[in-house]
Amino acid sequence: MKDTAAPSTPRSSNCIWDAVIVGAGHNGLVTANYLARSGLDVLVVEKNDWIGGAAVSRELYPGFTYSNCSYVCSLFRPEIMRDLDLPAHGLQVLPYEGGAVFQRDGGYLATYRDHEANRREIARHSPRDAENYDRYARDLMRHCRFIRPLLMRTPPDPASFKPRDLSEMAYLARQFLALGADEAADMVRFWTMSISDYLDEYFENDTLKAYMTVAAITGTALGPMSPGTAYVLLHHYMGDVDGNIGAWGYARGGMGAVSQALAASFRGAGGTLRENAPVARILVRSGRAEGVVLEDGEEILARRVISNMDVKRTFLNCMDPTDLPEAFLGRVRSFKSRGSSGKLNIALDGAPEFPALPDGSPCLRGDLHFTDSVERAERAYDDWKAGRWSADPFQDTMIPSMIDPTMAPPGKHFMSCFVQYCPPKLRNGADGERDWTDNDRDAFGKAVIDQIEDYAPGFKQRILHVEVRTPRELEAEVGLTDGNIFQGELTFDQLLFNRPVPGYAQYRGPVPDLWMCGSSTHPGGGVMGAPGRNAAAEILRSMRGGVGNRAEMRDAYPVL
Amino acid sequence: MNDLRHHFRTPLMRSPFHPRVEAANVLNAWAPWAGVTTALNFGDVAMEHSSIRNSASLYDISPMIKYAIEGPGAAAYLDRLTLRRASALPVGAVQYTSWCNDAGHVLDDGTLFRLGEDRFRLCCQERHLPWLQDSAIGFDVSIRDETEAIAGLSLQGPTSFSVLSAAGGADLASLKPFRLAEMHLGPAGPVMVSRTGFTGDLGYEIWTTPDRALDLWDHLMAAGTPHRLRPVGTEALNIARIEAGFIIANMDFICAEQVLRPDRARQPDEIGLGWMVDLDKGAFNGRNAIRAAREGGMLHWALVGLDIEGNVPAEGAELYLDGKKAVGQVTAAVWSPTTKRNLALAQIRRPWHRDAGDRLRAEIYALRELQYHKLMLRARIARRPFFNPPRRRATPPGMF
Ligand SMILES: Cc1cc2nc3c(=O)[nH]c(=O)nc-3n(C[C@H](O)[C@H](O)[C@H](O)COP(=O)(O)OP(=O)(O)OC[C@H]3O[C@@H](n4cnc5c(N)ncnc54)[C@H](O)[C@@H]3O)c2cc1C
Repeated sequence: MKDTAAPSTPRSSNCIWDAVIVGAGHNGLVTANYLARSGLDVLVVEKNDWIGGAAVSRELYPGFTYSNCSYVCSLFRPEIMRDLDLPAHGLQVLPYEGGAVFQRDGGYLATYRDHEANRREIARHSPRDAENYDRYARDLMRHCRFIRPLLMRTPPDPASFKPRDLSEMAYLARQFLALGADEAADMVRFWTMSISDYLDEYFENDTLKAYMTVAAITGTALGPMSPGTAYVLLHHYMGDVDGNIGAWGYARGGMGAVSQALAASFRGAGGTLRENAPVARILVRSGRAEGVVLEDGEEILARRVISNMDVKRTFLNCMDPTDLPEAFLGRVRSFKSRGSSGKLNIALDGAPEFPALPDGSPCLRGDLHFTDSVERAERAYDDWKAGRWSADPFQDTMIPSMIDPTMAPPGKHFMSCFVQYCPPKLRNGADGERDWTDNDRDAFGKAVIDQIEDYAPGFKQRILHVEVRTPRELEAEVGLTDGNIFQGELTFDQLLFNRPVPGYAQYRGPVPDLWMCGSSTHPGGGVMGAPGRNAAAEILRSMRGGVGNRAEMRDAYPVL
Repeated sequence: MNDLRHHFRTPLMRSPFHPRVEAANVLNAWAPWAGVTTALNFGDVAMEHSSIRNSASLYDISPMIKYAIEGPGAAAYLDRLTLRRASALPVGAVQYTSWCNDAGHVLDDGTLFRLGEDRFRLCCQERHLPWLQDSAIGFDVSIRDETEAIAGLSLQGPTSFSVLSAAGGADLASLKPFRLAEMHLGPAGPVMVSRTGFTGDLGYEIWTTPDRALDLWDHLMAAGTPHRLRPVGTEALNIARIEAGFIIANMDFICAEQVLRPDRARQPDEIGLGWMVDLDKGAFNGRNAIRAAREGGMLHWALVGLDIEGNVPAEGAELYLDGKKAVGQVTAAVWSPTTKRNLALAQIRRPWHRDAGDRLRAEIYALRELQYHKLMLRARIARRPFFNPPRRRATPPGMF
């Protein structure tokens, strides 16, 4: 879709924008909105002819809308939706129900939204686990209550003596000390443990544990037995749908609806968006960021440059290394952004049938999985380590059109298969590496489809079209370095004041007037909007007095 | 079995749709509505509400009180009874209206259907037979309670047009809001369809006789499945109606006939219904009192929509000016999944319905694990409807 609001001829280079934002990912658009609503003259430049980055919906097969990358919504902060009036611009989040792990022996373990139905379902597999589930959920909720207030706060710089950093450090310390010794110990263990060890403390049933593992390895180049995966689980659990913490939903019209609503709100606030405008280089002159140069050579000048690209693409691909401190560059190079995920988007002629599920089961309206033990998930990760895609892949598969009537014609369906593991490069010979080829991609796609067919005979016959995406496609299309879906892994060493680089966690780049607002920054990846919002807060704060009418920006809703 | 002396055994009546409602009411969540057993939910309020805004929902409205108002003098009678000009309502149209006693205090609000030149139907929340009959003196009109003679289903949501089309509804595309038409819906037979509802969304109400009720339910559910139709209960509907900014008698205002404490009675202007009052149409019940109150500055209250900070619903909250002076009361409140706002309806003392600026606070007591968190959250007066999608009025309607 073309941008009708943008001027038909680009502004000449003698015009200076208040801010140019590189990338129309959802975070770039969030920052853009807050700045435009504060009266700044804001330009967003996006390399693709579509917007949204990894929050995008495209029609690749007539009549079907795909959520091409991200596919479920929970993390997006409701405070941001409200500040930017996104529902009025078309954003609607739909809760979904149920889900299931299919077992190799023909059985399944379901989840249900109803507490009692869910308890009895787990009890079918383990009466003990069914009763422990509530304690587990309670404990996770405690961790959520700790982390949620941190999402919309700029992390302090522990090395700084500025009053704001000191008071923010004190705030963190207070939060932590308020926990009490046992809880604090639990917290630290939780933030550093493997999900497998963590689950072993609660549960005995392997299928249940495999189910709980999903969110702990999503988007992460770690296996369930790797330390640090428990935190990744929390990252996926701390969102909510209308206050229902841990619940996920669909954006009506696909995840691109988030970006479309942001773009509509931005244009309504007078902002300008240019698609098909790839940035080749961020301009640094006289020691400050002065604008960007597009690939066709056009120079765009601005009082500040804000990058929505990941930290590696920003500093390693789009800047002159001589403009950057060497130590900083070194940190950026070692920032972990190993890709681990692939995705299939499938147009179906009819709903797949899973004989394991009873008639009328709501599970098809939720998330579906085919890995029924933690060990199988770990083995899938072994393939990644060996430089192969998983022969027995790990899927988070959904059929959003079961709920959303806008995504496929009545009776037909859109299926989204998120798959692990997929390495960014494939092993070549004993210790060489090579790029993915189209053949590799198709073979990976086949492994995924074959796995579904095993549990849903006849599935293949219903396929009308498939989009297969490996880290190669994710990098080429969205610009995610090595295809890492979070613009950098969400492990504890890369969180809070260490994200993306110690000393640079406050959205400021190492060059004056250069800022970062993407998922590479605190609090990280997912369609959350918090990095973009926090970056805008810092930019506006840096302008002091310079902004007339500051946009409404809510603090996080209190945790009672 | 049908011994009418045995009401003590079954105080609540059953709706004509009861067998289907009962089968789907998996949590046995029941509540009485106008003496009928009705479903509060069908197991999942959030999913049900979502279907009202995302796909399509089916809600049993049979318990609504319905009066047949018929005769050559019906239109003139209704002009005299209600606030609006009923005689201007074309045959085949529906009017949202209200009526008052001589003090100008609201007795109820409801929808008035003009089924023929001399035939009307009035649907409302409370029972008013004596009032309606006594008001008919001097008019050539008969008034009869037909509540139990008519079964009704409300089909609401963005795919409701798709559902009803799939069910065989002909000429549906041209049916405008607040219009009605007779249709034949396959095995469900002849029905009356009105483009009305209580959700503020695209939707229809479908009226039939009790003997054909189950056929209608089954036929709609079958036709609606590919369009994600699901039954919804009163809890989901209540969220939707607050989003739409609609009021309910005896929840957002007290019906004048039932008011015990005289200061609780309200004029139309005091509950947001002032726009209905047609002072130019000639005499009607309450006219002089309404005019006198307007002219004499005797209106004390107003009904407003509120957008409240945070995400804790303000049910029952008291409203304070500058945190000190009590100026009103929340009558309905909900966290709105559609608008992502914390919404409420409230009665507020004049002139604060206009002049409160940023000075209003809602005092909320949130009970969490046996302790109250007391919150004083900023409340801003907001325009109703809070949610008003273009599809509500689009003719022809879209498929979703
Ligand atoms: C396959 C996949 C599945 C996912 N699933 C989910 C999910 O279900 N739920 C969830 O919450 N999160 C999910 N995520 C994560 C989430 O989508 C991302 O973390 C998030 O969308 C990142 O947003 P962002 O704005 O920070 O950056 P991005 O979306 O990466 O945006 C960066 C933008 O910059 C543009 N750009 C790059 N280079 C240039 C250049 N040189 N010039 C101009 N523009 C440029 C890109 O085109 C892009 O639009 C998923 C991600 C992927 C890839």
